[in-house]
Amino acid sequence: MAETKDIADSLRSNRPDGSGSRDGTPIVQMSGIHKSFSGVPVLKGVDFEVCSGEVHALAGGNGAGKSTLMKILQGVYSMDAGEIKIDGKPVKLSSIHGARAAGVGMVFQEFSLVPTLTVAQNVFLAAEPMGPLGMINDRESVRRAREEFTDMQVEVDATARVEDLSTAYWQLTEIAKALAQDARILIMDEPTASLAKHETDSLFELVERLKARGIAIIYISHRMDEVYRIADRITILRDGGRLFTRSLAEVTREEIVEGIVGHKIEGELEYKERAARDRREVLLEARGLNAGRRVRDVSFQLHKGEILGLAGLMGSGRTELARILFGVDRLDSGEVQLNGQRVEIGNPREAAAAGIALIPEDRREQGLVLSHSVRDNLLLPLLKRLEVGPLISDRKGNDLARSLIQRFSVKVANMAHPVRLLSGGNQQKVVIAKWLGTEPDVLIMDEPTAGVDIGTKSEILDMIRDLADEGKGVIVISSEYPELLAVSDRVVVLKDGAVLNVLNRRDIPDEESLQLAVQGV
Amino acid sequence: MATSTVTPPETRAGGLRDKLTGVDWHRYVIYIGFVVVFLFFAVLLHGEGFLSANNLLNILRQTATVTVIAVAMTFVIASAEIDLSVGSVAGLSSVVAAMALSQWGLVAGVVAGLAVGLVVGAINGGLVATLGIPSFLVTLGMLGIASGVAQWVTASAPQPILNDTFNLIFGSGNLGPIPGLILWSAVFVVVGHVALTKSRYGREVLATGGNRTAAEFTGINTKRIKFQVLLISAVVASIAGLLYAGRLQSGRYQWGTGDELSAIAAVILGGTSLFGGSASVIGTLFGALLIGLINNGLILAGLDASQQQVVRGGIIILAVALARKR
Repeated sequence: MAETKDIADSLRSNRPDGSGSRDGTPIVQMSGIHKSFSGVPVLKGVDFEVCSGEVHALAGGNGAGKSTLMKILQGVYSMDAGEIKIDGKPVKLSSIHGARAAGVGMVFQEFSLVPTLTVAQNVFLAAEPMGPLGMINDRESVRRAREEFTDMQVEVDATARVEDLSTAYWQLTEIAKALAQDARILIMDEPTASLAKHETDSLFELVERLKARGIAIIYISHRMDEVYRIADRITILRDGGRLFTRSLAEVTREEIVEGIVGHKIEGELEYKERAARDRREVLLEARGLNAGRRVRDVSFQLHKGEILGLAGLMGSGRTELARILFGVDRLDSGEVQLNGQRVEIGNPREAAAAGIALIPEDRREQGLVLSHSVRDNLLLPLLKRLEVGPLISDRKGNDLARSLIQRFSVKVANMAHPVRLLSGGNQQKVVIAKWLGTEPDVLIMDEPTAGVDIGTKSEILDMIRDLADEGKGVIVISSEYPELLAVSDRVVVLKDGAVLNVLNRRDIPDEESLQLAVQGV
Repeated sequence: MATSTVTPPETRAGGLRDKLTGVDWHRYVIYIGFVVVFLFFAVLLHGEGFLSANNLLNILRQTATVTVIAVAMTFVIASAEIDLSVGSVAGLSSVVAAMALSQWGLVAGVVAGLAVGLVVGAINGGLVATLGIPSFLVTLGMLGIASGVAQWVTASAPQPILNDTFNLIFGSGNLGPIPGLILWSAVFVVVGHVALTKSRYGREVLATGGNRTAAEFTGINTKRIKFQVLLISAVVASIAGLLYAGRLQSGRYQWGTGDELSAIAAVILGGTSLFGGSASVIGTLFGALLIGLINNGLILAGLDASQQQVVRGGIIILAVALARKR
């Protein structure tokens, strides 16, 4: 153990500073990587490297090529030209299996575990320790999984079924799975997206320990604070090329943001006072909503032209409240009024008819039909409007889709292409555009900027402000406090399913006080 | 004839390799396969009269009922469900129609046959949509029930149909030079194709099959969609039963036996995803025709029934393997 520490220390002292002198040992070197899809170049000669014991942040806007580059490293895509060296030796990563064997592990943003199997079974999935008769030795996998978790210095019940654990444990299981296969390069894609703050903290402690073991970590995140907290170097991709690789010690936040977005963004997360928010009418009123244990006696008002933030820890009932308002889940008691009229919302159809729209938390699972085209996704809630007699008018549909794409500046080469080919930020815009096409009065947005790059994020926040200015009522759920503070006029704080507090924006001086309010201190 | 339905997708300027990889040729495997098999038999079986107008019409006539069933099956599979009961529903419908016909006449016979589809479809759809039982299990059970009832009520005896009007309308008649059966299947293909590609219903079926959660969040009543596709499938199967009854001028529980597998094979061959979300009725038509073509060609080539089954199975596996998306 002491020996590993020494190695880690020596690595630390040799940390490459990105200014040209690379005296660390690069474990992965990708050079001149080219890749095109259907003739459209996505990567145009990208160079990228990561050293052992280094956390290397990879950043870039929508369509910059981050995920394509990582998929090449994982053996999912084959590159058109270029070279990959691992430990200085050229390798061909032609399959996921091959990449694993070369030591590349991935902690998936959408977890790749089998929920019905135990933690240990997942860790050794397809690499199970065998007994003498060629039968799987489950006891041995449990023992080795425990060993792995001990090494990681985390506590996970190796015999628990994955579906019974929270997402934080899923992630730890993923990491253990990669390590059990002797991964020396870990790719973490937005690993904190679904973690609460203390879980994020322990993840970062784990990352530090992995670094000390000499493991190289490629860290993809849109959250600048995290990048500064744990990464050693950052590489920024733009338009399929590498903009720069620099040590984080010598690059400013502004430079990074400008690098990603392509232009300066000023005050992207500053609260902007919006005009005419005084003589407001109540648009939506919730009275004593109860549903199971997750929503308890919740009452609040949403005014016309108001942005209402919903803050709270994971499991505080934020998402559940949104689901109730949109009719996905049923109310046990309580009532919802729209414009002073009581409305019964038993399912999403009734909610939509009443003028309520929900941008759901999980755009891939709940927001989009990934295999369908951008156009078909946009038009799905609007089909009624396109009907001429019993049939849909293609011309009307194309016109409407085109105008939505323009209005919400969705970047898409061809709207007949499947929506799954779009980047996360553009997919999110499609979900928003799809729902705003229905002209709702009340818009509920659950984590509207999760997994979206900074440029798109500020676009979406501006969109939210514009919508409120048009007189719509917007409810924003977010676990990112700066974002919540940037748009909300008032913040409803939920804890254990109940309203803990309702704060005016001007009574929240800074992020810390919101954090304290959420923790109920 | 086959190629006229193929429109090349947009390609971008780029290298030849890009162009070739850009074209999703897996989608057109059924049409390519159809042409290849057709040409193969045309050359090989020229002497056996494969290309005679009579033989070609025969192929169309023999595949008509499976085509009709497969069109409705396309919607079922597009919504990520399956209907295994269609073959035995056709058989049950044929015997119920025949018995009602002999008792109460033409209209009663047709209504009784359709009622079989309505009842079975409502049960299938209701169990799947409201109780959430997988359609595979519900319709597998229904396959046995419908077939058993058909044998039971007839004591396994054929029920002759002597009503000439019925026989003429459902399958035995011709409209000018065109056999009525072919017209029936043409109507189903056209209506199915337009409904799938041009109507709100078609889009909602595809969305339900593509991602049920997202469809539900978008305000689509996915339970209703699942109920409807299974209801329609059973009603269409009962119409296929009437077509069997009319063509063979009798109702028998054996009519339609095994059609569920031919129909599912036709749908999958036609490029519809077995997991829902993407579908093509025209593809289904060519899938059914390809199966008919193979059956006919193998008979003309003098293979016996057991050999036919082996070759047919091999060709279907090969075609599906080629059509598979990577």
